[in-house]
Amino acid sequence: MTLNQLTAHEAVNLIKKKRITAYEIMQDIFNQIDKVDNLIKAFLVINREEALKQAKEIDKKVKNGEKLPPLAGVAVAIKDIITTKGLETTCGSKILKGFIPPYNATVINRLREAGAIIIGKTNMDEFAMGSSTENSAFGPTYNPWDLERVPGGSSGGSSAAVAADETFVALGTDTGGSIRQPASLCGMVGLKPTYGRVSRYGLVAYASSLDQIGPIAKDVTDCALVMKVISGHDNMDSTSVNLEVPDYLKSCQEGIKDLKVGVPKEYFIEGIDPEVKGALDKALKTFEKLGAKIEEASLPHTEYSLPTYYLIATAEASSNLARYDGVQYGYRAEEYENLSSMYQKTRSEGFGREVKRRIMLGTYALSSGYYDAYYLKAQKVRTLIKEDFDKVFRKYDILITPTSPTPAFKLNEKVSDPLTMYLSDIYTIPINLAGIPAISLNCGYSKSNLPIGLQIIGKHFSEETILRAAFNFEQNNGVEKKKPSIKPAKHKEAKK
Amino acid sequence: MKKEVVIGLEIHIQLMTKAKMFCHCSTDYIGKEPNTNTCPVCLGLPGSLPVLNKKALEFAIRTAVALNCEINQVSKFHRKNYFYPDLPKAYQISQYDIPLGINGYMEILFPESKEKHRIGITRVHTEEDAGKLVHEGDIASSSYSLVDYNRCGIPLAEIVTEPDFRSPEEARIFLVKLRSIVQHLGVCDGNMEEGSMRCDANVSLRDAKSSTLGTKAEIKNMNSFKAVKKALQFEVDRQKKLLAEGIEIIQETRHWDESKSVTISMRSKEEAHDYRYFPEPDLLPLKVDLKMVDKIRRNLPELPEARRERFIKNYQIPEYDAEILTSSKALGDFYEKAASLYSNSKVLSNWIMGELIRYLNENKVEIEDSPISPEKLVGMLKLIDEGIVSGKMAKGIFEKMFKTGKDASKIVKESGITQITDKNALFEVMDRVIKENPRSVEDFNEGKEKALHYLVGQVMRYTKGRAKPDFVFDTIKQRIRK
Repeated sequence: MTLNQLTAHEAVNLIKKKRITAYEIMQDIFNQIDKVDNLIKAFLVINREEALKQAKEIDKKVKNGEKLPPLAGVAVAIKDIITTKGLETTCGSKILKGFIPPYNATVINRLREAGAIIIGKTNMDEFAMGSSTENSAFGPTYNPWDLERVPGGSSGGSSAAVAADETFVALGTDTGGSIRQPASLCGMVGLKPTYGRVSRYGLVAYASSLDQIGPIAKDVTDCALVMKVISGHDNMDSTSVNLEVPDYLKSCQEGIKDLKVGVPKEYFIEGIDPEVKGALDKALKTFEKLGAKIEEASLPHTEYSLPTYYLIATAEASSNLARYDGVQYGYRAEEYENLSSMYQKTRSEGFGREVKRRIMLGTYALSSGYYDAYYLKAQKVRTLIKEDFDKVFRKYDILITPTSPTPAFKLNEKVSDPLTMYLSDIYTIPINLAGIPAISLNCGYSKSNLPIGLQIIGKHFSEETILRAAFNFEQNNGVEKKKPSIKPAKHKEAKK
Repeated sequence: MKKEVVIGLEIHIQLMTKAKMFCHCSTDYIGKEPNTNTCPVCLGLPGSLPVLNKKALEFAIRTAVALNCEINQVSKFHRKNYFYPDLPKAYQISQYDIPLGINGYMEILFPESKEKHRIGITRVHTEEDAGKLVHEGDIASSSYSLVDYNRCGIPLAEIVTEPDFRSPEEARIFLVKLRSIVQHLGVCDGNMEEGSMRCDANVSLRDAKSSTLGTKAEIKNMNSFKAVKKALQFEVDRQKKLLAEGIEIIQETRHWDESKSVTISMRSKEEAHDYRYFPEPDLLPLKVDLKMVDKIRRNLPELPEARRERFIKNYQIPEYDAEILTSSKALGDFYEKAASLYSNSKVLSNWIMGELIRYLNENKVEIEDSPISPEKLVGMLKLIDEGIVSGKMAKGIFEKMFKTGKDASKIVKESGITQITDKNALFEVMDRVIKENPRSVEDFNEGKEKALHYLVGQVMRYTKGRAKPDFVFDTIKQRIRK
């Protein structure tokens, strides 16, 4: 076994006990990246030199007997939509190619202070718009479980990197499921925090009222460990909430006896893969065995989630992405006649199809004469969806649903049909609209050995509860912990 | 049919907070090297987020309260979306459906008719300023634009009036008063030339008895009070002429070209932007604490109107003088300082409103930078009172003081231009003049008072104005009277 296969908490303990060094860890991490990333394509930028330097600093601290921070020597991969000072940040887009931010996102500063080592930036759907990482301007990422399949998205690079043991943990961002769905499709643990729990400063905005940063990890303990570090109020983000951050690790240790679990009937719709349904039913039995009380619940406005999301998210995106105009930074068209043609050509050439589709949709939704019918209506429906959750949470502590209707699908399977692609986020989108936290973790494998995820949804700021439920399930579900065996696809060569 | 002029104004004032509206950058941007007064937030770099500067909110509330507005307890920030290189996020954080203040008013006084008009204030809201485009030569001839983001994110208050002005002069009077108010509030220095106060106007005409508004043109780029009056007058005349010829007015935005003294069409309604306003998701709804508003209201400084009344009462000067002297905070301060050192407050106001303002205007110097301080002005007035210089001589001394910044007494000493106090020397000159002008002496004795003035004038000529006129007048009269 190589050190990159450890979990973050195992690695930190071994460093503390001086059994291994951070430098050795980094060597194994970069060895693995060198070995498999030409197949996975999880990374856009590798931060090798800086990472090795930082590892040496950690080892020096160990040697000097200094107190070690909670993530000392932990390799973290960062979704390329989070700004890293001095390290190119492209959001998977041609329009930001070459953009080197002069500042760190708040989460990056917090990770660094906690001793974590940023090993690189991961691939993603352009500006986080997509569910398969096929919308990256720099080519797709491949699912370590089956290289012919997508890792999910938009944080596909982050989840694939964790699954392929190229990093211990990764940060993703989740606007409509972009942490949970790829975590599910790659068999990892991914948590979307309550809106306002984690600072968005330095998260390049897609849809500001929905975006949150969260961890993708190999297990619930690592997820809790990272959450503790990145959570909390930030005076650079007006929407971050000033609430104390609990000790998530500690609360994981408590049981879930008498936990009231609702299972929303609206989530078991046509199109759900029978294997996903089967895995979920089995998981619910585990929860029951652990003492949880399970009941059917109802979220009556679920069916409006997708259209609501695609109005609000695109409206905000149309405004957030307007700044990529070729004036200050990033890509600028080479030939243009005047200001307006510079704008048009830069944006036509710089953005990919899906981004342009959403910008146009959002521009339309905000246009004078259409605003009330689309954007305003969507905001009202959003309130109804929130109220659905408020109501069920008066009765239940958590909700359990599948994370994705299907396991990982094949590359190119849904690219040409955006609506089908959008459906893969049907279970995750309502959670963003409501602003509540949810975690996805593995609950089994399909016959073709693809991971299946379940989603645990909690009340506002109840990350403690969903982590505890997830931890208890993880420890007792009886599902064999597997690692993907990364094998080149049969016709992979032909594709190249 | 007789046409009535209808004008409404939109004024932007830069709020003089220390930091910008949504970041920690300084608001002191004028004269700084381009793009040095910036940070990721005001540059709109990807991932940056705005955080409201509470002081900017307080200044905007102060402005709204002084303009008698109701304050909305909860208001919202909106994004105003449009593409322009000086706007790095491609949207401006502004307010839209729920502004900070609404339904206010301001009273303006017409100096000639002494009539008071109440001008409605539709709304006062707060928003961020944009950067500036810089061109080599001018915008038309330059083949490229440079962008300076130093001004980006300076807090602004936008003040929108009802279409209550019936002439360009009314609009000008309002602006002068508004400037004085914001200066007295300490929220803005009101410098139209430097752009810390900017004004756009909507101009239309309608039949005198009609209550419906005519089609309006929006006039931009008026960079001084004079320009406002000139541009609005031009626009009124332009529209009158078109309507007289039976041509319809087009709704459009027009640019005031100061050098050519004309308004030029920029864009028509069809080309107007759809700003796609929507609530700014990066900021929470703006909750205004009523206690804070009360506190601001209670602590408002003395405003120009109250100051004017106090000037009339305390200094016994005419209303017109008081109006002029309170038309800017610094001018009022100048007067008060001088009045604390000198008791003849009317003489003081005459000198300030006459010589001082004329020299300041001619030399484009602000009162704050006046080379003649209140102390120096009073020093000069005391020389007149002591009979050391005449009023006429004082005007020359004043000019020298303005040019050199020296004290009056020093100028007098250096040039020797004191009045002649040696009576014998004066008697000599007077006797000579009487001898040289027997005809005038005769005329005087025949009842022609004017002849005496001529003789006094001759004495003044010989003494180069250094004789004390009253004394010469009385003495000659005595000597030639039969």
